[in-house]
Parts: sequence; structure tokens; C-alpha cells
Amino acid sequence: MSQELLYWQALNRAMDVEMAADEAVFTLGEDVGLYGGSYRVTEGLHAKYGEWRVRDTPISENSFTGLGVGAALVGMRPVVEIMTINFLPLALDSIINGAAKIPFMSGGQFRMPLVVRMPGGVARQLGAQHAQRLEHTLMNVPGLRIAVPSTPQDAYWQLRQAIASDEPIILLEHELLYFSKGPVDLLADPPPMHRAALRRAGRDLTIVTYSRHALLSQDAAAELAKEGIEAEVIDLRSLKPIDWDTCASSIEKSHRLLVVEEDCRFAGAGAEIASALAERCFYSLDAPVRRLAGLDIPTPFNGTLEAATIPQVSDIVVAARALCQSGQESKAS
Amino acid sequence: MERDALHRLLRDMLLSRAFEERAAEEYAKGNIVGFLHLYPGEEAVGAGVINAAGPSDYIVSDYREHAHALIRGTPARNVMAELFGRADGMSGGMGGSMHMFDARRRFMGGYAIVGETCPIALGIAYTVAMRSLPEAVICFFGDGAVNQGTFHESLNMAALWRLPLLLVCENNHYAIGTEIHRHSAVVEVYKRAAAYNIPAERVDGMDVIKVYEAARRALERIRGGGGPQFIECETYRFRGHSMADPGTYRPAVEVKAHEAWDPISAAVREIEFRYPTPAELAAAGPDHIGQLAAHMVEAGHLAEIEIEALRKEVNAIVEDAVQFALQSPQPTMDAAWAHLNCNRRHEVLV
Repeated sequence: MSQELLYWQALNRAMDVEMAADEAVFTLGEDVGLYGGSYRVTEGLHAKYGEWRVRDTPISENSFTGLGVGAALVGMRPVVEIMTINFLPLALDSIINGAAKIPFMSGGQFRMPLVVRMPGGVARQLGAQHAQRLEHTLMNVPGLRIAVPSTPQDAYWQLRQAIASDEPIILLEHELLYFSKGPVDLLADPPPMHRAALRRAGRDLTIVTYSRHALLSQDAAAELAKEGIEAEVIDLRSLKPIDWDTCASSIEKSHRLLVVEEDCRFAGAGAEIASALAERCFYSLDAPVRRLAGLDIPTPFNGTLEAATIPQVSDIVVAARALCQSGQESKAS
Repeated sequence: MERDALHRLLRDMLLSRAFEERAAEEYAKGNIVGFLHLYPGEEAVGAGVINAAGPSDYIVSDYREHAHALIRGTPARNVMAELFGRADGMSGGMGGSMHMFDARRRFMGGYAIVGETCPIALGIAYTVAMRSLPEAVICFFGDGAVNQGTFHESLNMAALWRLPLLLVCENNHYAIGTEIHRHSAVVEVYKRAAAYNIPAERVDGMDVIKVYEAARRALERIRGGGGPQFIECETYRFRGHSMADPGTYRPAVEVKAHEAWDPISAAVREIEFRYPTPAELAAAGPDHIGQLAAHMVEAGHLAEIEIEALRKEVNAIVEDAVQFALQSPQPTMDAAWAHLNCNRRHEVLV
């Protein structure tokens, strides 16, 4: 039985279900309590669970994230909300030197059931300090896991799975997805948190993408279908680990790979995805792997320029079309 | 103080000193590699504070923490084996000198990022408060840490929510090579706690009894619902910051002057057998003479010969620890992966 929910509502339901089930679950962050969360994710929880379990914090990202690390060491399941991923640099010590390291460097003596939730991505003219993605910053840190839900259903599932996990999980939520609507089955069994989802089947090329660009890529695939190009769209759902098997079996069928991401191109998530899949699927590929990514530039405030810095649906269509043409000549001769 | 308590303080300090001096020797031999920050000179702080704590209290420490672990009760064998990077080390050889953990004794780790311990201790204290338990969290840090943002952020939150947190500054006057007058606008560290309405006191960190009593008082206030407390222990490290540091930035006369205040010699003087002076007997009054005599029988009979026996005992413990560490196997790469994935349960990843 599924119902239509907004992305933020799905996250809110997940929080509520987990907090009701386990007293060890608590959340903290800037304005998560009385205010209800900047994107409403914690709305109503303060009234229901009280201030100790829904804690408004001072603006001290490193220390309240570290508070979550300390609480996780002694059996709590903290869900830290960092108001936007743009404040992540202030909290990196607690995440990288703390959460990711303690279970390992203690020789496996501690659990680290910590969730850090962060809205991010390019939204609408928020300026360079509020339009970053930064997923690559955390992908390179052993000991962390990163989930990137693109649908309300995944938001619901992956937040619940993240809270239940004993590993530190980063949940990257896209600011433009909070008010997207979709069916959510509250009772269905979820796939594993890191399993990629085949969003659209196709035979001509594989598009590997994640978060909001999984939706844009599906729109692009619908456009491409009108001109007879059938794109297969894989939504990774997880950036650490990455479900390589699902990607590889698609490439073995389509023989072409387009990687689409919103983050800056240089040393971003797409660079890892493209290189790992090129290495693994080299003999299945009919053309070089193609990458479509954000430009390597801070996001301009101006709306037109802002849009020009990240891949749009039309860009994906053009790139896919070009990819399908490349390699054809050599094959014909 | 009771003889047994004094005896324990003295023994902990002697063990810490012997352990660390031996660690320096093993470093010179190449058995210990990497960073090694030694504790000699600061023993009274660890011994006084940790002995004032209860078994259900938590200890969060920094990278100069070998002695803290020993005093907390982790066997010297496992502490030494960790310095050697061996499988029987307290962190399985994954942590090393700066990352010693003993979950069973609530020794919540050594950390190598200055100031990072404050938020971790804050989170443990938050949990204790949330569960309304009669436990406290002790957070050790040096004078260098008080200039980090996390120090101030954590003090603010601890005071805001009245968390059971005892902040212990081991003020050895140096942030590696930068003397406190050159790194802190306020050299009386305890005064910084006033900005957050946290009760604070400064004690002579070379006097183990004063440290112990200050920690006892602070822990009592915490358990009574008094919220976070702050103790600044003025101390001095006799060695450089780490084995890589000859300590040339400190004038020889300064080092010599502090060595004269060796906390171990001070404790030995305190614990040695001594007859009360006529003035002390008179002050005790007629009803207290009997009590005082009984106390002398119980508490006073620690002669020089017994101190020597104690030194022999701790040296034997340290020797045994070194032999144990030398024989402990090297950890495997399989163990390293297992530690990384220790919380994955049965989930199979692609």
C-alpha cells in the first residue's frame, strides 16, 4: 500500500518511525527543534519527543557533530543534521578523524551508529557558499558510507536503514528534491541501502547517475526515446560503496557509458565512476566513456549563469546522442 | 588520606614513570616507531584525577595517554604491545601510541587532533545526562587545546545543558614548542571557564594529593547535579613534546627548576613514615591522640625500603610488558579489514 508523499515528508516519517521504535535514536542540529528544521524534516518531532531527543544546538558544527560521535560510542543512535553541506567543512574533523576512524583504530571495540544528514546541491540562486555538492570530499574517506536518495521512497528507506546501521552513514539530500512528490510504501521491504536502481531500461547506452540528476537523466531518456535512442538509466542511490555489478551488467548490454553528475568534474564522483567502470568493462565498450558534470567553477549567483554550470536535460540529450554516434564509424569500417 | 589510597597513588605514578622511561629506551632500540609522547613530570595529574573517578565514569584522553590507560587499569602488557604495534595491543595494533582504547574500562580513547576530545566527551556526557545516570565523563587536554574552537563550543554546550563533564587541563605550559605566554592571551587557563559559567579551579599539578582532592570535589559537584566542572593542573613535562623533540626551546634552568618539583619525590615525602611534631600532637587535642596514633600505625609505616620494593615491583611489571610485547604477533591485513568492517554485521557489499 503506497501513498503519495513529498521527499521531506518521507524523511520526517522515517525519523518518527525510528524515534518511536528506539529511545536511543535522537537528533540534533541547528533549528531542528522548535523551528522544525530548515527543510521541515524534523517538523513535529520536538513536540512529540522533547528537547533531549530533538536538540536545538548552537552554531557549532564541529562540536555538535562530535557530540554525535561521542554519543554513538556509548550506544546512542544520533542523527546529526548539518543545515547545509556547505557547512560540512566546519564539521569535517568530527566526521573524518572521529566517526570514520574510531571503530578501526580501536581495533573494533566500538560501534559508530551515527547518521549525518545534509541538504546540498545547486538550488535556486543561493550563491557560491550555498550551492556546493562536496560528495567527493567524503567518498575518499575509508570507514564512511554515503547514501544519495533521489525519490521519496528511497529517502524513507535509506534514512531508516542509515539509523539502523552500526556504521557511520552520510545521507546527502538534494535541496531541490524536498518538495518533489512520489509514492512511498511504508511497509515494503527495502533493497540493500547501497543497491543501485534501474530507473529505465534501454539497449543503446547506459547512463549512470545519482541524486537529482537521476531524475533529469530520466527526463533526458524520454526525449532520446523520441528519436529512437533507448537509454538505460541507473540511479546509484549510494556513492560509497557503489553497486558496480548493476552498472557493469548494463554496460555489457548497451556497450556505451555516460556518467552524469552535478558535482564539479575534476576529481569528482564521476571521475571515480568512469575510471572504475572503464577498467572493469573496457572490452564491452564500443566508445570511450563520456562524462557530463558541473563546471569547475564556484556557482555564480546569476540565475542564467548558475544553470549553465550544471548539466541540464538538454545537455544530457546532446551528450547521449554524441556518445551513440561515436564509435559507429570504426565499427562500420 | 588513607594509606592505601596514598599507596595506590604512589604506585600508579611509579609505574607510569617506569613504563615511560622504558618506552623511551625501546624507542631508541627501534622496537617502538612513530610518534611517542611521554608523560614523565605529569604523573600527579593522571594519578590524582583517575583515582578520584569511579569505575563507571568515562575517560577521554589525548595523545599523551599511555599513563592514563595504565592508571585506569589496562594491563601494562597490552599498553606496551600497542606501542609495539602488535596484535595483543589494546587497540589490536591499529591505533598505536596516540590511539589507545579500552572499552571495558570505559577508557574512550586517545586522540591525536588537539581539541577534538572535547566534543567526544561532550557526546558521552550528553548520553549520561539523557539517561539520568550517576556517571561522569572526564576529559583530559593540554594547554594548547584551549585555543581550539571545539574547546569553546564544547564548554558552551556542556554548560548550556548542565552535562556531567569534568574538564581537566594538563597545563604543561607548552603547545609543543610554543610557551603559554606566546600562545594564550590569558595564561591562567582556568579563567577561560568563567566565560561559560563553569566552576573552575587551578591546582598544583605536581602535588598528587591536591589533584586527587580537587577531582574528588569536582566529581561530587557533578554527581550532585552541579553541571560541568573545570580543573587546571599546572604541571611540567620533563621531556620534549615527543621523542622527535629535543626540547631545545626550553631554557635548561627552567627544566632543572621543575625537576626539583618532581611529583614522585613529593609524594614519597608525603607518604614516608614521620612522627607527628609536638605542635601537631597538641593541636589534635587529648581525644584525638589515640586516633592519630592509630592512623600512624595504619597509614604511616611506609619506609624507604618499601619504596624500593615498590620500584622493583613496577620495574618487573614493565619488564614483563616488554617481553610480552616482543612475543606478541604482528597483526594481519585480514585483521585490519575486519576492524574496518567491524560494524557491518552480516551485510554483504558489492
